[in-house]
Amino acid sequence: MDNKNSNLQAEIVRMSGVNPRKCMRCGKCSATCPAYDEMEYHPHQFVYMVENGELEPLMKSKSIYKCLTCFACVDRCPRGVEPAKLVEAVRLAVIRQQGKNHLKPEDIPPIVDEDLPQQAIVTAFRKYAK
Amino acid sequence: MQVNEYKPLIVAFCCNWCSYAGADLAGNNRLSYPDNVKIIRVPCSCRVNPMFVLRAFQRGADGVILCGCHPGDCHYTSGNYYTRRRMALLFSMLDYLGIERERTRVEWCSAAEGAKFAQTMNEFTEAVAALGENKRLEDLRCKE
Amino acid sequence: MQRIGVFVCWCGTNIAGTVDVKRVAEALKNEPGVVYSDNYQYMCSQAGQDMIKNAIHEYKLTGVVVCSCSPRMHETTFRKTAAAAGLNPYMVEIANIREQCSWVHKDMEAGTEKAIILGRAAIAKLNLNTPLTAGETPVTKRALVIGGGIAGIQTALDIADAGFKVDIVEKKPTIGGKMAQLDKTFPTLDCAACILTPKMVDVGQHENIRIFSYSEVTDVKGFVGNFDVTIKRKARFVKEDVCTGCGLCMEKCPMKKVPNEFNLGLDNRTAIYIPFAQAVPKVATIDPNYCIMKKTGKCGLCSTVCTVGAIDYNQQDEIIEEKYGAIVVATGFNPISMDKFDEYAYSQSKDVVTSLEFERLMNAAGPTQGTLLRPSDGKHPHTLVFVQCVGSRCEACAEKGKEYCSKICCMYTAKHAMLVRDKYPDTEVYVFYIDVRTPGKNFDEFYRRAVEEYGVHYIKGMVGKVAPEGDKLMVQASDLLDNKQLHIAADMVILAAAIEPDESARSLATMLTASMDTNDFFTEAHPKLRPVESPTAGIYLSGACQGPKDIPDTVAQAGAAASKVIGLLVKDKLTGNPCVAESNELMCNGCSACEKVCPYGAITYVDKEFRMPDRTTRVRRVAQVNPAVCQGCGACTVACPSGAMDLKGFATSQIMAEVDAICK
Repeated sequence: MDNKNSNLQAEIVRMSGVNPRKCMRCGKCSATCPAYDEMEYHPHQFVYMVENGELEPLMKSKSIYKCLTCFACVDRCPRGVEPAKLVEAVRLAVIRQQGKNHLKPEDIPPIVDEDLPQQAIVTAFRKYAK
Repeated sequence: MQVNEYKPLIVAFCCNWCSYAGADLAGNNRLSYPDNVKIIRVPCSCRVNPMFVLRAFQRGADGVILCGCHPGDCHYTSGNYYTRRRMALLFSMLDYLGIERERTRVEWCSAAEGAKFAQTMNEFTEAVAALGENKRLEDLRCKE
Repeated sequence: MQRIGVFVCWCGTNIAGTVDVKRVAEALKNEPGVVYSDNYQYMCSQAGQDMIKNAIHEYKLTGVVVCSCSPRMHETTFRKTAAAAGLNPYMVEIANIREQCSWVHKDMEAGTEKAIILGRAAIAKLNLNTPLTAGETPVTKRALVIGGGIAGIQTALDIADAGFKVDIVEKKPTIGGKMAQLDKTFPTLDCAACILTPKMVDVGQHENIRIFSYSEVTDVKGFVGNFDVTIKRKARFVKEDVCTGCGLCMEKCPMKKVPNEFNLGLDNRTAIYIPFAQAVPKVATIDPNYCIMKKTGKCGLCSTVCTVGAIDYNQQDEIIEEKYGAIVVATGFNPISMDKFDEYAYSQSKDVVTSLEFERLMNAAGPTQGTLLRPSDGKHPHTLVFVQCVGSRCEACAEKGKEYCSKICCMYTAKHAMLVRDKYPDTEVYVFYIDVRTPGKNFDEFYRRAVEEYGVHYIKGMVGKVAPEGDKLMVQASDLLDNKQLHIAADMVILAAAIEPDESARSLATMLTASMDTNDFFTEAHPKLRPVESPTAGIYLSGACQGPKDIPDTVAQAGAAASKVIGLLVKDKLTGNPCVAESNELMCNGCSACEKVCPYGAITYVDKEFRMPDRTTRVRRVAQVNPAVCQGCGACTVACPSGAMDLKGFATSQIMAEVDAICK
């Protein structure tokens, strides 16, 4: 692993506050995930790939935008790994690399998937349900 | 090891079950450490009264080290936990009194860790030797 | 003043190679108290020992210092030598000039110097030694086994067969425990009842065993060899010595809607009941929470039909006090509650069951007479999903599950899957696993048979969600090897629930002053070398109360615990370690600091009368150490603020003298 990549890996781990080494590979996160079929890389793969420093494919993947942040995986994980936070950290890393969020409001409607609830709505449900 | 031919006097308290056996193992394997380390056998590291440590410094010891079983491995189940807490307090008080932290230490050493014992003693002696002679707590009345 | 003899050993060249032994012997001659000093090639040899004995006689020595190898090597040897010459064995001190001097130093000058100092320290300590005698306590030749499962049964049988009296205390109306509820046992598929019930009968008929069923231990006092135990025999409202177990009362009892705990609530029993046909003792018990007579005072049917007059509605709890020499804890385990695992819909659907419930559903004596039927509608299930590690290896949610591996689930799940496929070849059986752990004789072969011969689908992954839909259970799971999410419409879901220690264990541990780990499993005295003993002397551990265990391991440990108990009970008297703590009652201020740090519960407080200088008497609370229980760690000596507590053999003054001698 080159130095730049390992810095990025440390940054993602720091941002997420997740220790991917705690994962025991049970796959309960992916078993719970409601957005599983939409995702190219699944929650358990995020944990495994971040741990191994395979960040490039994750950052290029659409999966980071398909995650609903419903946190079902966080809730169900028996080891407290919190995969959704890793997904979010990878997404943040992408956004930070871009320098700023390049998405203009008028560009959004055509890329919204009708079948998927929007992240913001689901996140709001999660936040205010407690 | 010797700085200006000065040999620090080190008193080591070793628990009977782990560290004393570890010291024996160091002997069995002929792993040398400085001869200025003198070992006192106690049943458990928790038998070491802070008074003993103070007495050693008062009588001219330059460093005191306590060795016990690893946390969780105490022969008496919980003795080394008491040691850890008591000595944390005592050492911070000694530090306040001017006895440097490097002169005091608690180390966990199992019966299988002969090499660790010898290495610890080497390091500790070196650290104490670097500080020079301990004068702070020495009772001059003890000097003849 | 002591008369000390110093004996410096050469150990061939082991010591003499780096230490000038003659100079050491010469130098130590002038130490206070020393009247004789000599050196010899091999002090531990017969000639060397004779030299010590002769010197003791000739110079009327009161103490001996041997400068030789480690005390861990030959302290006992030299103590015996001294004792043979009429000296108290604890008047011997060893200066370790081999392992901690000659072997680790190369310089002759430095080695000799250090050897002299070590010898000086030993002399300084010996000057303050007092003769010590090990205390003796008598042993009550009776053992108590707490818990009547397979662990308790096996331990009791082994002890009783050796000729000692044993009492079993079981909180349920019958012995048998969890094993009595099982259907078949892995890896041989013996029927559990077929191998357990003969043992239960043996226990019931053994002349050395008494069974206190439906009873609890409420208090334990005393120490190894001499425990005073209070046992509460709960009122079962049936005279145990009169009841014949004919079961007529159960037929006539009008209250038939009591959840049957033996079948885990899968069917009902009557208010007066015998848990199962092979119960020992086979005596009926009235459940006062459901009995109409106990609740309303009107019924009395069972009393009318009982031909021997065994029913006694006014029976009271009985308190028994008994003395025991040893106590074996065999309190066993329970599956954890599934209430907190919402994702598996355990509370929503009757068709989601735990593995223990599944045992009852498969058992010929169970609620379905051994025919596998769905609890909800009594139909034959076609698709079964087994979920492993439910609550096991669950670090994140301490309030839900357990951090440890429950050890037995992999094997019983393989057993269940195999039995289902064997009996009903038309079924599809899925097992979701994280790891399959099968370390045991014939265990892995057993699991492979389930896969290869019986065609059980083992899928690496976990079930994330179970949702009841119509009469099906929709199972959403991951297949990690195929990188797929699976959706299975199942008829039944079986959860391999983690196991936890019985809830009675914690309070029992407090009574016994036996230590526990954070999961409430009893801690063993040494994880490898003393696995069936508690650190508290006289307390032994058998079965799953010490950690998750299958039946073979439990029986092996039960036998081991029994042999340890027998080893204790054959002794008429126990000789203690004389190096124990001692409290100076005149200095003690009764603050309880020592009691709190003692890991063995050896310190108690008594009110004692003291004569004051003005000739009045005053009652003061002072600490007393029980020398039979104290192991001599010395934690109390440091905790004591008034300096009243001291440790014999390692007294404060002795260690101080050593420090002084070294720092001279």
